Amino acid sequence: MVSLSQSGSVSGLWRRSLEAVVLPVAALLVALILFGCFCALAGANPFAVYGSIYKAAFGRWSAWQNTLIRAAPLMLTALCTALPARLGLVIIGNEGALVMGGLAAVVVGLGVGASLPPLMAQGAMALAGIVAGGLWVMLAGALRHYRGVNETISSLLLNYIAIALMNHLVEGPMRDSSFVTKPSSAALDPSILLGTIPGTRIHFGLIYGLIVCILAYVLIQRTTFGFAARTAGGNVRAAKIAGLPVGKLTLAICFLGGSAAGLAGMVEVAAVQKRINESLVSNYGYAGILVAFVSRHNPLATILVAILLGGILASGGILQRSHDLPDATVLVFQGIVFLCVLFSDSLYGRLPWFRETVEG
Amino acid sequence: MAAESLGLWGVPLGILAGTLRGSAPFLFVSLGECLTEKSGKINLGLEGTLLMGAMSAYGVSYLTQGTLGPFWAPWLGVVAAGVSGMALGAIHGWLSQQPRVNDVATGIAMIVFGSGLAFFLGKPFIQPQAPQLFTLDLGNWSSSPPIQAALKISPLFLLGVLIAPLLHWFFRYTRWGLYVRAVGDSPEAARAMGISTFKVRMLSIVAGSFLAGIGGACLSLYYPGVWTERISSGQGLMAVALVIFARWNPIQCLWASLLFGGAQAIGPAFQSVGVDSYYYLFNAAPYILTLLIMVVTCSPQRTLVGLPGALGKDD
Repeated sequence: MVSLSQSGSVSGLWRRSLEAVVLPVAALLVALILFGCFCALAGANPFAVYGSIYKAAFGRWSAWQNTLIRAAPLMLTALCTALPARLGLVIIGNEGALVMGGLAAVVVGLGVGASLPPLMAQGAMALAGIVAGGLWVMLAGALRHYRGVNETISSLLLNYIAIALMNHLVEGPMRDSSFVTKPSSAALDPSILLGTIPGTRIHFGLIYGLIVCILAYVLIQRTTFGFAARTAGGNVRAAKIAGLPVGKLTLAICFLGGSAAGLAGMVEVAAVQKRINESLVSNYGYAGILVAFVSRHNPLATILVAILLGGILASGGILQRSHDLPDATVLVFQGIVFLCVLFSDSLYGRLPWFRETVEG
Repeated sequence: MAAESLGLWGVPLGILAGTLRGSAPFLFVSLGECLTEKSGKINLGLEGTLLMGAMSAYGVSYLTQGTLGPFWAPWLGVVAAGVSGMALGAIHGWLSQQPRVNDVATGIAMIVFGSGLAFFLGKPFIQPQAPQLFTLDLGNWSSSPPIQAALKISPLFLLGVLIAPLLHWFFRYTRWGLYVRAVGDSPEAARAMGISTFKVRMLSIVAGSFLAGIGGACLSLYYPGVWTERISSGQGLMAVALVIFARWNPIQCLWASLLFGGAQAIGPAFQSVGVDSYYYLFNAAPYILTLLIMVVTCSPQRTLVGLPGALGKDD
C-alpha cells in the first residue's frame, strides 16, 4: 500500500512492474523445487524428469508444435475465468462452455455439410460455438446478478449439466451408429475442418487464440467498457453510485468469457476431434482456470502461460513412458503451481525490495 | 439386481436404496463444509479432500487386510481417510488465511492438487479389491433380495446421522461452538474477545476436512465400494451448495443429504427397470436440482438466514 500512494514516480512504477514479473516467476521456481521433491519421493530423478519435460515440450520443432496445439484451446478457455475475474467474479464454467461450444459447432457443421464455401462454414461454426458458450456462462452471470446465486458453484454445476447433455445427445439423437469406437456424432465434412498453418502440424486454432487474447487485452485495458468492468470489479458499491450498469457489465463479461471457451470447443471439434464425443472433455477447461490465475487474469500473460502449460501437458505421456510416473503427475504439478502462485499473491507489497524507498 | 420381479415398484425401491447408500458421503462432506463455513471461510477443495479420502481409505484397507483382517482393515482405512483430509485441510486453512489470498481460488487449487495427489497415489489400487466395511442388514425380515440389498445400511451412515445433531448441539451450547460462530459472524468482535480467528478457523477447516475425508471413505468402502478416478464426480462441490440450501444448520444438512442422495439414485433406478434412454439426463438430476435449489433459495436483496456474517469477505 505504501508504494500505491506514491505511484506517480517513475521508480515506483518500475518497481511494481518488476514485482509483477518477479513474484510469479519466483512462485513457479518454488513450485518446480517442490515438485522436484515430490518426484524424488516418488522414486524418480527430478533432474531427469525436468529434462524429459523440457525435451517433450520445447526440445525440438516437432515438440514445439505439440505444445502449441495444446496451448491454443488453453488460451481461449483461460479467458473464461480471466475476463469475469476483472469484474470480481470467480467463474469456473470453462469446461461446460467448451462442451456447449463444441456441440453447437458440430450441429451447425453437420447442418451445412459441404454446401457452403469452407471459410463461411467455419465462420458459421465459430459463431455457433461463440454464442453457445457465451450464453452458457452468461446464465451463471445472470443467476448471480438477478438471484444472488454464487457464480462459482453455479458455473461448476453447469459443467456437469453440459457434459451430461452432450453424452445424452451422442448416445441418442446425434449418434452415428457406423462409428463403433465410442458413442459419437457423425463426422464433419473434411472440407470444412480447420486447416493447419502451412509448413506445420499446428491448426489455425492457435491464430484464433492469439487474436482473441490480444482483443481481450485491448478490451480490458484500452476501452471504456474495460475500464468500467475494472472499476466495478474494484468496488461494486462505488460503481453503482457512479451510475455504472453493473448488471449489464456482469452479463456482458460473462458472455465474452464463455464465448472464448465456446470458441475453444469449436476449435477442438473442427481441428482435432472432427466429431463430437466424450474425448472433447479433456480437462482443457479446468487447466484454463489455472492458466487464468497464474497469468493474474491478464490476457497477454495468458498467451505465455498457456504455452508453458501446453508444454507440460504435452509431456504427460513421456513421464509415464520413461519415468514410470502415472499420468496424474501432471495434475499434481498443476496443483503445486496453483498453490504457489496463490501464495505469491499474498506477498505483493510486503517484500522490502519492491517497496518504494524514501528517496523516490 | 433382480428388480424385474418387482416391476415398476423397482423404481421407488431403487431410489430408496440409493438414498440410503448415496447420501452418506453428502452427509459427511456437508457437515464438514458446514463447520468450515460457520467459521467464515469457504472450502471448495472438499472435492479434492473427498477423492483423497476415498483413495486413502481404499488403499489402507487393501494394504493392511493381511495384518488386520478383513474386519478391522477398512476401519483403519476410515481413519486414514480422515487423517489425509486433515492434511489437505491444514494446507487450505493456512493458505486461505494469508492476506490477499481468496478462499475460493485456494479451494479450486486444492481440488486440482487433492485430486492429482489422489490419482497419483491411487493408481495401483484401481485394479485390486479391498475389503469393505461391514453393513447392518436390516432387510433380513424380507424374502425379496432387492429389499434385502436396499436395506444394507452402513455404520458410517448411522455415524453421520449421529454427528448431525451433535454438531448442532456443539454450535449452540458449547463454548467452542460459540467461538466458531463468533469468528464466522463477526471476526472483529471475536478478536476483541481475545479469540484467535486464525486458530479457530484453522481448527474448523481441519476438522471439517476430517469429516469430508470420511465422506470419501463412504464412497470407496461402502457404496459404490470401488476406487476409480470418477468416484466423486462433483459431490464435494454439491455439498457446498447443499450447505447453503440447509441454511448452515447441521440438522437440515441431514435432510438435504437424503434429498441429494435420492436425486442421484434416479438415473440408476430407472435403468434397473429398463428405462435407459434418458440415462445421462437423469444422472444430471443432482446438478440440476442443486442449481434449482440455489435459484429458489438465494436472493440478491436479503441476506440468508443463518449466513455467517464474514463468509466471502476479506478481513
